[in-house]
Amino acid sequence: MTKSPIIVANGVGKAFGDFHALTDVHMTVHKNERVVVCGPSGSGKSTLIRCFNGLENHSSGNLTVDGIELYPDSPEIRQLRQDVGMVFQQFNLFPHLTVLENLMIGPMKVRKLDRAQAEATARKYLERVRIPEQADKRPAQLSGGQQQRVAIARALCMEPRVMLFDEPTSALDPEMIGEVLDVMVELADTGMTMVVVTHEMGFARKVADTMVFMEAGRIVETSPPETFFTNPTSDRARMFLDQILEH
Amino acid sequence: MPVPRPVTFTRIVNTTPVAVVLYVMIVAVIVWASYTGAQQMGYNWQWYQIPKYFYRFTDDGFQVGEIITGLWATIVLSLTSFILATVLGLGVALLRLSGLVVGKGVAVTYLEFVRNIPLLVLLYLFYYVLGPVFGFDRWTAAVLTLAVFHSALISEIFRAGINSVANGQWEAAASIGMSRAQAYRYIILPQSVRFMLPPLTGEVVHLIKSSAIVSVIAVAELTTIGRNIISDTYMSFEVWFTIAAVYLALTLVLSFGVSAVEKRFQSET
Ligand SMILES: Nc1ncnc2c1ncn2[C@@H]1O[C@H](COP(=O)(O)OP(=O)(O)OP(=O)(O)O)[C@@H](O)[C@H]1O
Ligand SMILES: [Mg+2]
Repeated sequence: MTKSPIIVANGVGKAFGDFHALTDVHMTVHKNERVVVCGPSGSGKSTLIRCFNGLENHSSGNLTVDGIELYPDSPEIRQLRQDVGMVFQQFNLFPHLTVLENLMIGPMKVRKLDRAQAEATARKYLERVRIPEQADKRPAQLSGGQQQRVAIARALCMEPRVMLFDEPTSALDPEMIGEVLDVMVELADTGMTMVVVTHEMGFARKVADTMVFMEAGRIVETSPPETFFTNPTSDRARMFLDQILEH
Repeated sequence: MPVPRPVTFTRIVNTTPVAVVLYVMIVAVIVWASYTGAQQMGYNWQWYQIPKYFYRFTDDGFQVGEIITGLWATIVLSLTSFILATVLGLGVALLRLSGLVVGKGVAVTYLEFVRNIPLLVLLYLFYYVLGPVFGFDRWTAAVLTLAVFHSALISEIFRAGINSVANGQWEAAASIGMSRAQAYRYIILPQSVRFMLPPLTGEVVHLIKSSAIVSVIAVAELTTIGRNIISDTYMSFEVWFTIAAVYLALTLVLSFGVSAVEKRFQSET
């Protein structure tokens, strides 16, 4: 595996007023690497991955994504977002468009593909997330699991080089979590570079190359899953794991 | 077994027969009062004169009467003003939401300015001051006045509609690389139409009614026509009742039309 870095965070900080959501974060994500980020609520996981595609502007340090150095109102940010896919906890599908239109609008309006190309791409990824038969429905007519798979397909239609996931299964009923995780595992198998915020430790064990544990805006531990799950170096991570693995 | 609810005043009044009787009585009192009032003044009713102001048959065949011409002028005036007001209102709303300090400043000043000037004064300003300066006629002055006045209210409708779209929609649009303009056009505005349609209808009705004010600068719309007919015939009672009924018919037709469109729209989303 070639070790070319895609995301490089160097001492990244983020303040909301005088509250520090992120403090001195160092992190590198390489091409084809799968990083799983976990940590207690409010530890800054969402804030961190939202910085990776400029939905949040970091307030100190350097952040380079796909070779582009991020800073507030950077004109390159739109280019970057086309290459960095994002999946949200609440799906955020476009309710006024059909499933197919949800997938086509980015390629058509942003990538400027023609309708036929966009539709071909859309159908390919709908197939990939295993709901080709739902193409003409509206998001509201789908189950939560199906909606989240559409959201994943929507991001994939932009042919991104990195995929960011912010707790993609935590808004789902338990019986639907599996179908979404299956799709994500398959995506990992294709070699997609992924940063996934999740508490699904089974998934993490299966796909993660690197585990990142955060607390109070800092990265407390970065280690390979074998070490992280059996012998975490920090007491914080150990306590956190004990808590969530109890369930 | 349901417990019988106590007999209250509201419940008695709201039973259908009682409500109908009351309604008919109230209408009867109003009609009777205006008739006896007119009778005491020695008013000479001439309703038979009215139809010819709607249409007449002459040697040249069928002709449209003055009231219909005036109604048409009111419709064109209102429609033109409304379209212009919508464009202005959208512009002001977008400026206000732009996040630019200058944009917000300009928008807020404009809104405060328009909101705090009486409509009549605004009309005089356009007709007597800006008209001669920029060389536009009374029709243009009327359209601009109505458009500017209503753009303030419409911009608030747009702003509220845009703000009622969930923030996640902006983020989703941004995350696939859309610009702000693209997000507005393809994602945000199409969703906010649903929230904006009912208050916008109300605003059209409001605009049609306030368009009557341009009769003071003698733009030949419905109210001006009414005044002209009266100055020829002195039939003020018949003519004002008729003009009021025509406005009522116009706004009711509009409201029914839009609520039908709205229903179709609601079932689609
Ligand atoms: N826009 C904001 N303004 C002010 N504070 C914020 C904002 N966004 C996040 N925060 C704060 O920053 C901290 C980190 O939030 P973040 O959402 O990144 O946590 P998280 O680790 O994703 O938590 P969760 O597991 O609950 O999603 C929280 O204390 C939160 O209240
Ligand atoms: Mg979060």
